[in-house]
Formats: sequence, structure tokens, C-alpha cells
Amino acid sequence: MSRGNQSWLMGAGLFFASLFSCSAWAEAQLNLTKGVTAVSRDVYDLHMLVLYICTAIGLVVFGIMFWSMVFHRKSKGAKAADFHESTKVEILWTAIPIVILIAMAVPATITLIDMENNDNSDITIQITGSQWKWHYKYFDQNIEFYSVLSTPREQYENQNGSFEGNGAEKGEDYLLEVDRHLVIPVNKKVRFLITSDDVIHSWWIPAFAVKQDANPGFINEAWTIVDEPGIYRGQCAELCGKDHGFMPIVVEVKSVEDYDVWLNEQHALTAQAVDAEKASLSAAMSKDELMQLGETTYMAYCAACHQPTGLGLPPMFPALKGSAIATTGKIADHLAIVLNGKNAMPGFGKQLSLKDVAAVVTYERNAWGNDTGDLVQSSDVKAASGSK
Amino acid sequence: MTTETINETLDDTHNDDHQDHKMTGIKRWLYTTNHKDIGTLYLWFAFIMFLTGGALAMVIRMELFQPGLQIVEPDFFNQLTTMHGLIMVFGAIMPAFTGFANWMIPMMIGAPDMALPRMNNWSFWILPFAFAILIGSFFLEGGAPNFGWTFYAPLSTTYSNGSTAFFVFAVHIMGISSIMGAINIVVTIMNLRAPGMTYMKMPLFVWTFFITAYLLIAVMPVLAGVVTMLLTDTYFGTSFFDAAGGGDPVMFQHIFWFFGHPEVYIMILPAFGIVSTIIPAFSRKQLFGYSSMVYATSSIAFLSFIVWAHHMFTTGMPLAGELFFMYATMLIAVPTGVKVFNWVATMWRGSLTFETPMLFSIAFVILFTIGGFSGLMLAMTPVDFQYHDTYFVVAHFHYVLVTGSLFSIYAGAYYWLPKWTGHMYSESLAKWHFWCSLISVNLLFFPMHFLGLAGMPRRIPDYALQFADFNKWVSIGGFAFGLSQLIFLVVVIKCIKGGEKAPAKPWDGAEGLEWTVASPAPYHTFSTPPKVD
Repeated sequence: MSRGNQSWLMGAGLFFASLFSCSAWAEAQLNLTKGVTAVSRDVYDLHMLVLYICTAIGLVVFGIMFWSMVFHRKSKGAKAADFHESTKVEILWTAIPIVILIAMAVPATITLIDMENNDNSDITIQITGSQWKWHYKYFDQNIEFYSVLSTPREQYENQNGSFEGNGAEKGEDYLLEVDRHLVIPVNKKVRFLITSDDVIHSWWIPAFAVKQDANPGFINEAWTIVDEPGIYRGQCAELCGKDHGFMPIVVEVKSVEDYDVWLNEQHALTAQAVDAEKASLSAAMSKDELMQLGETTYMAYCAACHQPTGLGLPPMFPALKGSAIATTGKIADHLAIVLNGKNAMPGFGKQLSLKDVAAVVTYERNAWGNDTGDLVQSSDVKAASGSK
Repeated sequence: MTTETINETLDDTHNDDHQDHKMTGIKRWLYTTNHKDIGTLYLWFAFIMFLTGGALAMVIRMELFQPGLQIVEPDFFNQLTTMHGLIMVFGAIMPAFTGFANWMIPMMIGAPDMALPRMNNWSFWILPFAFAILIGSFFLEGGAPNFGWTFYAPLSTTYSNGSTAFFVFAVHIMGISSIMGAINIVVTIMNLRAPGMTYMKMPLFVWTFFITAYLLIAVMPVLAGVVTMLLTDTYFGTSFFDAAGGGDPVMFQHIFWFFGHPEVYIMILPAFGIVSTIIPAFSRKQLFGYSSMVYATSSIAFLSFIVWAHHMFTTGMPLAGELFFMYATMLIAVPTGVKVFNWVATMWRGSLTFETPMLFSIAFVILFTIGGFSGLMLAMTPVDFQYHDTYFVVAHFHYVLVTGSLFSIYAGAYYWLPKWTGHMYSESLAKWHFWCSLISVNLLFFPMHFLGLAGMPRRIPDYALQFADFNKWVSIGGFAFGLSQLIFLVVVIKCIKGGEKAPAKPWDGAEGLEWTVASPAPYHTFSTPPKVD
């Protein structure tokens, strides 16, 4: 073998080795998940039933075709037969598929009726999609929170022109991890009321076989009863704009006792947050503190659209750097937009604390060379929002 | 009818035919009213659009080659997927079929030309403008449409990037072009058939285009309506699809899919016609069950109007609606099955040879059927909740549109190239094209089934790590498939430039009036209609 050949082989070997190298990350799944609910198992069985039927039909039909291709070739001396019509055969191959279809429709109908029965739920949770995060609100519990992607930006943004990324190793749950899980108890019928603040999203957990669109201005229903405690992951399933691929869903299913413990923790946290809001009203923060908190908040809530550089993605997402609103404009107008939103921008009054809003507005008025020197305090935000 | 009588009539007409000399240069193509010229224009336009849409797909596959964002921003990624879909559907597949209709329908029914030749010219020449507007939007501030080829409101209205107006006007022009093309097909078939050619004697190819043209006339205005509502919602303050003003975003999907589902059949019925022409030719045996094929095609066309909401099972439909659309959708399997069985029965005990048109047709039957199977799976509402908006759907519609529609277009192109150019194409190069395409297309689309079942949503620029292996293979399949299509370009250019002279009927099993005229087909054919017994 010549040298040239060898190096070619080595190159090819390396190429294929690189193809398989990622196998170590996770075992590739071939089939639909069985899931962890009675419904998801029914759905899985239905999927397998249709798959088997299709495979069987395929084998027969393609088998006949291949038989014909092998044995009825002209090169083998095959002479064409003369038949080209048979009403009997036509009726037969119309009738048989109808029978098969009915056999598939019956279990499908039973499962569907079950899936659409939203009665007698134990817990109700309102799920609201917004670009690009989920909001969960527990009915009768005074618990609500946003759930945002927690994979650090440096893990997915490797646009330095190479395929190697910029050093950040991707975690095990890359793009499927969030800061706060939706927590539900095991073996209880949980009803989801699903809606949206802006565009259409779709809330999907494969292990529950629940996928329901979140339509702005309308409420959809879905439910689940999960058998096993655990953490289940899903993603938004309806194109919802720029970061559609970056709004995962994580549900943590806990035993009933653990769920109660979690509820108490959440109530305590809510109370703490109320206290912190009150405390922040009387405390004035220094510019450094505001800028530091402001930057963190900006990166988490604002940078997806307005970009870390403040340059935005015009015309959809305007620049903040040098913009009138964030420099020469009145602070009150700036606050109003952040709190209440404008056009496609959602209001952040409900999801950010007074302190966060104060910090982020301060940050926007002083970062990227905006340098207005303005400081905004929680009490200013309180005054601007009125009700809060 | 014998060949002699036709040649005589042809000679007669040619003697006193002084229109045969055509304008030269660009004017010939700009001013032409000749169905063959316009057919050629449509086919070249479709191929250029196919390469353009394909180039976008290559960038998509590069980005998805491995996890992480490497090449494009998420927003630009959305522009790529949107434009890939729009260009392939409206720019590649549909104009290619209109090209076939223009070239072949008059020759197959013994007509001298299309019935409305000036409109024919116009319906082609507005298309490049539509696509210039659409593709030009890439260079605007904010970029091209980024809301998916299905342009669901309110992502395409309140939340659009400013491309909505350009998109809407481009779609309007495409729609006008399609409607005019369809009217022309219907009028031609109804009025210009040769004496003796009754409806049930028309080639199946003509039947499928006839039915498709009716579908186009029925649903293109619906598309025009929905994009106009989109336009006024975005720029004139109406609230058709905005709940805050009493509208409903789900209504958008109902109207869109009332167009969209028949549109799916607009892109596959002509494919049925092409394959039903080619399989009998290379089986040297008449098409099995001609009349049942006609009825099956009509049933599919009818059913296509009552299944639209199967694209919308997760939007929160009432149970009764879900059941109705599930049953209606499953029913489509019956006439589609009849067609597949008829093709198999046509091959059965034939005398088969495997020239490239036949290879593409056989691949069509098998791979389209696989796409049909996944379609049946998607029809089952409970399981659709799992498949919906995943790569399983992407696999499904690429099996029916690429290995379905596109493969039939290739089959038809190879089959009629000798008639169009007067030369035989290079069979060995064509076989390279076929086998490279066949292998790469399956590497490209088959693993997408697994990705979808494993839970990968469609339209995402980056994905979780468990999807990495298959995506790598899919991308490699994609690059290979993209490159393989360039072979076709080489084959066609070589065939136009020269090659073995083609006889009037190069395929010994071929039937139909188009084979009774010389190759290449004279500029004017059937100035005096042939007589069909």
C-alpha cells in the first residue's frame, strides 16, 4: 500500500472516529418513550400497534415489488402479461385497508376520550408561555414563579468560527435545564391550564404524553397522573421566535410528603420576598451595587433581545445603547416601558422585584457609554408602578 | 391512430406554417407564448429555486452538525428554515409541475398549445418578481421572514421582524401565477382534446393535473385571503388573529391549513400522474386499474378538503373535532393504498427494465409509501400529541415531498428529456445521480424519525446532547444529497448540448401522443388535431 493511500485511510479513520466520539455523551434513543403515566403507556402501545401494522403491510407490498423486480425482468426473458383490470381485486384491496383502519381507530378513540377527560383534578396549575420562558402559577396556593433556561450562555454560544466551541464543556442536561422546576406530587391528577402572554408556544413533556399549545388570549386544558417520582424534561414545541430552542420545561415529581414540604418552603420564600421588597424601599443602594445587580438582571431578562452589547437586533429589538429612552429621556418613561412593556416587549413589572427593576434601569442608563449618571432606587420604581 | 396519419397531418401543417420561426435571444423567452418554451422556463426556474432552497438547507444542516451555535444566530436560523420551506414549496416543486403541465399536456391531448397562451406567458413571468421580493427581504434590516413557512399568527403579525409585507406581496404574486396556470390547464384540457379523446381516455398524467388544477383554483384564493388578513393585522390595526381585539390566533391556523392541506396534494397528485405514466412504460404492460386510479385521485382530492385540522390536534380542539379529523385523515389511506397496489400490480408479471426514469419511479413508490405510513401514524390523534412538531413530522413530509414529489420530477425529467432535447441523456451518469441520491436521501431523512421519536422538536438551531449522533449522520446525508443533485445539472446540460440522437419514441413500452411526434418535439405540434380511436 502506498504512502498516499495510508494517509488517506488514516484521515478517513479519524473522520469516522470523530463521528462516533459523541456516542459517549448519551445513548441515542430510537423509539418513542413509554413514559410514566397510564396515558403515555397507552399512547406508546398505540404507536407500536400502528408501527407493526405498517411494517407488516410494507413487507408484503415491497416484497411483491421486489419479487417482480427480480423475476419479471426483461433481461430474464419475462414476457409482459396482458391483464390490466380486475374489479374483484380492486374491491378487495379497498375493503381490507378499511378493516385494518377500523382496528386502529377503536383503541385510538378510547385513548383519546381518556386523554380529553379533564374532570376531578386534585391540583390545578396555570402555565403561561412567554418569549422565552414559562410561568407557573399554583391555584389556591399563592405560589407563582418563572422558569428560565439555566444552561450558561458560554456553553451554547461558540460562534468563534470553529466547531470546537470556546472552551465551555456542555453539561449533561445541556439546554434541558431550568432555574426553577415545576414541582408536582406523584399519583395525583394534576390539571394544567395553558395559555400565553405573546405568541403561540406549546408545553410538552414526552414522558407524560402531554403536548398542548399555549395560545395567547385562550386557555387550553391538559392533565396528568404521574406514577414515579423523578425529574422529567421537555421543550417548547411550537416555533415561538428567536429563542424557541432555548425554553425547556422541567417537571419534578415528588412524593406527596415531599411535595408538602416543598409547598411550605415556597410559602416561606414568598413571605421573605415580600419582606425584602419592603426593606428595599427604605434602603438606598450605591451605584456599584445597582450596576452589579443590574448587569445580572439585564443578562437574564433583557439580553436575549436587546443583546449583551445593548445594540439589540433592529428593527425587531431596538438598541438601548445611545437610545433616547435610555439616555436623554425621562426616567419615568424608561421605567414605564420596563414595567408595562411596549409593542412586542412584555412588561416585567410582575416578574422582577422593585430592586431588580431599579438596578436594571440604572444599568441601562449607565452601561455601554450611556453614562447618564442617573441612579434609580426601589422607591422610584414603586412610585412609577403605583400599585406594587 | 397510426403514426403515418399524424406525420401526414404534421407535414400538412408545416407546409403552410409561417409562425415556426421564433424571435431570437432574450426576446424569444420574454415574449414567448409557446407552451414548450414556457414549460422550459418553468422547469429551469424551478431548478434554480431548488438549488437556492437547497443551499439554505445546507447551512441549516451545517449549523445542526453538532450541538452549540456555530455558524448562524438563532434568528437567522429561523429565517433559513422559513425561506427553505417557502422556496421549495412555491419556488421548486409547484413550478416544476407547472413546467411539466405546459410541456406535456398539449402534446398528450393532441392540442397545438395551451388554451390561453398570453396568460401563460404572464403567469410565468411574474414568478421571478415574486421570488425577487421574497429572497430580497434577506437584505432588509431585520432580515427575511423568520416565522416558519406556516407563518402562524401572531408570530408573523405583532411579533414579526418587519418582513411581513414583503412576504405577503410575494405570496400574492405566486398565488396569482398559480391560479392563472391552473385556469389555463383546466381550459386546455376541457376544450382542446383531440377528437375522440374522451375524459376516460385521457392519459392518467392529464387526469392528475386536471384534478390538481381544480384544487389550486379552490385553495389559492384562501391563501390570498389569509395573507391579506395577516397584512391588515400587522399594519392596519385589524384583529383577525388577536384575542385582544376579539380575534383568534387559532382561526389563522384553520384558514391556513384549509389551504395547506389541499396544497400538500397539489404537490403529490401530479407526481402520481408521472409515475403512473412511467411504470407501465418500463413494465411493458398497461397501467393496472386505470379507472380506479382516476376515482382514487378524485377521492384523495375531495378528502383533502376535510382533513385540514389534523395539523392542529394540539391547539385545543374539542374531542368531537379531534375524532372527526382523525377518522377523515385515516380514510385517505384507502385511495392512496389503491394507487400503490395498482402500481405494484402494473409491475407484476410485466417485462421490466430499469432505466433511470423507472428507478426513480420505483424508489418513489417505496419511499412515498414509507412517508404514507408515517402519515398514517401522525393521523392517530393520541399519538400525534407525541409526534407533533418534532423531527418525526420533518421526516414524514420530506419523505413525501423529496422522495415523493421531487423523485417523480426526476423520473419525469429523465423520461421526457429525449423528447425535449432530441438527445438521449447519459444513462450511466443518470444512474450515478439516482444511486447517490437514493442512498444519501435515506441517510438524510430516515434518522429524523428516530430524532423525532426521541423528542427533538423541529425548528430549533441547537439541541440536547442525546440528539447529537443522529444529527451528525443526517447532516452528512444532507451534504451528500445536495452534491448529488449537481450530477443532474451536468446530465441535463450534456443532454441539451448533444449526445446520441433520440428517436421519436426512445422507450419501447411508452404510450401516448407525445411519442408520435419527432424528437426533439417541433416548435409547433398538432396544429391539426390527431384523431384518437
